[in-house]
Amino acid sequence: MLKRREEEQPWLRPAGADDLGLRRALAAPLLGALVGAMAFLAALSVAGFLASAEVAAHWQQGAGASLTVQVPHPGAMAGLHTRREAVLAALQATPGLASVRALSEAELADLLRPWLGPDAERLSLPLPAVVAVRLAAPGGVDLAALNAKLQSVAPGTLVEREDIWAMRLAKLARSLELTAGAVLVVVALVAAAVVAVATRAGLSARREAIETVHGLGATDGYIAARFSARITRLAAAGGLLGALLAMPVLMGLSWLAMPFLRGSMEAASATPEEPHWTALLPPELWLLLVVLPVVTAGIGWLTAQATVRQWLRRLP
Amino acid sequence: MIRCERVSLRYSLKDGPDVLRELSFEVPEGGFRWLLGPSGAGKTSLLRLLYLAARPTSGRLSVLGTDIGSASRSKLALLRRRIGVVFQDFRLLPHLSAFDNVALPLRISGRPEGQIRADVNEMLRWVGLYALRHVTPPALSGGEQQRVAIARAVISRPDILLADEPTGNLDEVQAQRLLQLFHELNRLGTTVIVATHNIGLVQDYPAPTLRLQAGRLVEERVTEDA
Ligand SMILES: Nc1ncnc2c1ncn2[C@@H]1O[C@H](COP(=O)(O)OP(=O)(O)O)[C@@H](O)[C@H]1O
Ligand SMILES: [Mg+2]
Repeated sequence: MLKRREEEQPWLRPAGADDLGLRRALAAPLLGALVGAMAFLAALSVAGFLASAEVAAHWQQGAGASLTVQVPHPGAMAGLHTRREAVLAALQATPGLASVRALSEAELADLLRPWLGPDAERLSLPLPAVVAVRLAAPGGVDLAALNAKLQSVAPGTLVEREDIWAMRLAKLARSLELTAGAVLVVVALVAAAVVAVATRAGLSARREAIETVHGLGATDGYIAARFSARITRLAAAGGLLGALLAMPVLMGLSWLAMPFLRGSMEAASATPEEPHWTALLPPELWLLLVVLPVVTAGIGWLTAQATVRQWLRRLP
Repeated sequence: MIRCERVSLRYSLKDGPDVLRELSFEVPEGGFRWLLGPSGAGKTSLLRLLYLAARPTSGRLSVLGTDIGSASRSKLALLRRRIGVVFQDFRLLPHLSAFDNVALPLRISGRPEGQIRADVNEMLRWVGLYALRHVTPPALSGGEQQRVAIARAVISRPDILLADEPTGNLDEVQAQRLLQLFHELNRLGTTVIVATHNIGLVQDYPAPTLRLQAGRLVEERVTEDA
């Protein structure tokens, strides 16, 4: 019975087996480890990008939570006080404001210099008073009501949202995004180079077998497929390894970052219930870890195909 | 079938010598040719051209109706599947069993795995190696390796069979058996060209000859001996 089975099954290789002996010819552990390291770096740079975008978004909200109040003719009297004093008093009496501060003349001149030139201070323009107001929380104040109130105290007063900082932050976030993108491209290129070097080593190690198979009528596609099948598997394994290594690091970082991203101080100081472990990473990072092996596999396949086909050009 | 018109071959394109010089000859479908000449005359180089391992440097070479100088790479690959080659050094894949070595041409041409086994086993029985089908070449004797090489060369029933000094590693009895096999295949319609030093064999199996000397065709004897 056993003997008969052996008769039917034995030494018959499974379909798609290793005609060219690549299992030995390709340095599997080294290739897997190097691709894994690249995948790890790629995961960190993508995570860095996502984190900087998120932090920037929070900061922008913070910057949005400030107002500028302009009081024309600040020295003119409004009842018992100057218009400036009246506006300041009205602001201080408004709930929901974290701080109220009138800018000094020098600060004002600094702000105006870009428009009025270096002589801003000496111009005898009637400058308005400028009051910087920080809100306790974004959107924590009814802007229309505040405006109406200040108009009644000192007609002509302007309330403006501050967004210079928001613009600067947008620029910073954009730069971080470009940097992360550049890092990602470099990492991908290095991964492709690693695969190309390993493929070339495999090609020279199996040169005779390849020439024989070529001589038996194998097309470039047949030979390239043997290599890319093996390399794609190794690269996918490397990507998986990198993703597995990156997972605890990313979880640790996002655990540390969580209080800041959640916003308010109470959330930071409150001790929340143990979160479910899947909540330790935002969904986009989970997606990243899943996609990573697919991407390294793709890079492996493309690079192996291109390298082998180019090498085969030496044969007629 | 095979037609050479002033075919020359140079290995190094810059300043190397012409290894083959303006060869012109024809081998009709189903023909048999001995390829003779002293060592270094260019026999192996000519066979390399004929099994499409090189393209002519100049002249026109046509094999199985295709102009080799201008054919695409994929066209050449398809043509190679119709040409069986027996090398003096066998060129078996050392990591594959005898079975897998013989099956290789069928797998390369995309034959489904289910159709391969019966043919390969039959071929292995025919060359007397069925019992050793799972052994890899390094564990086989020279004669056994050669039989694997022959089985691989003819498994896909090629239109052309080329052999480069195939009897170099064989004793007299094995050499005779091999030649009987070649003649049998030739009788069934395969075009056969055998490069050899073995004048005894040539006398035992008289056939038209191509004789090379220093890269030139010095004699083409087409008249068949009785
Ligand atoms: N790959 C090669 N590169 C350069 N010269 C070669 C190569 N192969 C053969 N030759 C030269 O071509 C000539 C013919 O060799 P070859 O075809 O092997 O002759 P034969 O098979 O008749 O002994 C010899 O001078 C040999 O040195
Ligand atoms: Mg030779």
